[in-house]
Amino acid sequence: MKIAVASGKGGTGKSMMAANLAFTLAWTGQVTLVDCDVEEPNLHLFFPAPASTREVTMPVPVIDETKCQHCGLCGEFCQYGALTVLQSRVLFFPELCHSCGGCMLVCPNGAIHEEPKRIGTLSTSAPQPGLKLISGTLETGSPHAVPVIRAAKKQAAHDQLVIIDTAPGTSCPVVEALDGCDACILVTESTPFGLHDLQLAVDVAARLGIPTGIVINRSDGKDEETLRFCIDHDLEILMTIPFSREIAAIQNRGDLLCRAQPEWQKDFCALFFKYRALTGVER
Amino acid sequence: MSKNKVTIMKVCFTANGTTLDALMEERFGRAPYFVIVESETESFEAIKNPYADGGGGVGPKAAQVLIANNVKALISGQVGGNAQEVLAAAGIEMYTYRAVGSVKDALDQFTKNMLARSG
Repeated sequence: MKIAVASGKGGTGKSMMAANLAFTLAWTGQVTLVDCDVEEPNLHLFFPAPASTREVTMPVPVIDETKCQHCGLCGEFCQYGALTVLQSRVLFFPELCHSCGGCMLVCPNGAIHEEPKRIGTLSTSAPQPGLKLISGTLETGSPHAVPVIRAAKKQAAHDQLVIIDTAPGTSCPVVEALDGCDACILVTESTPFGLHDLQLAVDVAARLGIPTGIVINRSDGKDEETLRFCIDHDLEILMTIPFSREIAAIQNRGDLLCRAQPEWQKDFCALFFKYRALTGVER
Repeated sequence: MSKNKVTIMKVCFTANGTTLDALMEERFGRAPYFVIVESETESFEAIKNPYADGGGGVGPKAAQVLIANNVKALISGQVGGNAQEVLAAAGIEMYTYRAVGSVKDALDQFTKNMLARSG
């Protein structure tokens, strides 16, 4: 089973949800937690442990100037503007390349081959019994978050229970992280921004055909608008966490709510059962 | 205008329309039109930028349009880093025009040598 935690708005508590859910479920069986917020991974802060790290690469073209006739076919073919052929040289912009390999196929002179370019890393650790943490980290300056997310998810492809922490927003990195998940937990907060971005995220999940449940975090007890939206869209509220200075303090010192206040574990277990009902999938 | 210059130079303006009265467009890669003026004769042609609504990498692609049309100088408000690299490598000079005005206004300033060179 693959559980995605997403939000739309940033800072609503996705990582907090994912970390506490993983921490709680790991007492009952093997859980893999995947940090797919590769531009700003942070789950390792809750679970400090030695990690093994490997590179994530993508293939990019390399031009052999001794064979290149500057015919321009590769530049015409490239839909991403990554190759520009001038009279006596070829300009390549690796950050625009999508690794489609087309330039290599259209080159009539065999002047193009591919070499791997580092775009990020995957770190894997075992911070507590029953828990595996996989963190994807995008290389600074690289725009290619999606292949790093794909690699992180692939590393967990054969694991039984996978919890995926997504990036905020509703763009490609979120879509890639949500793809193939059984259902998603959308975390929102008691603010107009929280609701606005929740609406966008609900729309994305619906388009991907992924069932959705809602968590209201930092609730000030006045969630009528969010509740109305959820009723209108037939969305179940899986959990409400109150706005509390005490909970904020636990987070701020890098601790977990369920570790500092173990009574929360039953709430996260209850959330998991509601979640499972959403998906119709048995663990 | 100087009389001793013999070479005809093609100058490209990023524009919102197809005539010399069209308003200048500040962006390069996503400019709707490129108005290409022959600096000596002031005859011109307008090319629709096929990458105006493109997804990404439009800068270098738009630069290739200028190269293919033998443009020697570009007048625009903002040229992105990738496009600048292509234009510089192709030997196309870049000049900045950021005021709100028509292609004619920008051309006038260019011929009076009032525009700053960029890139």
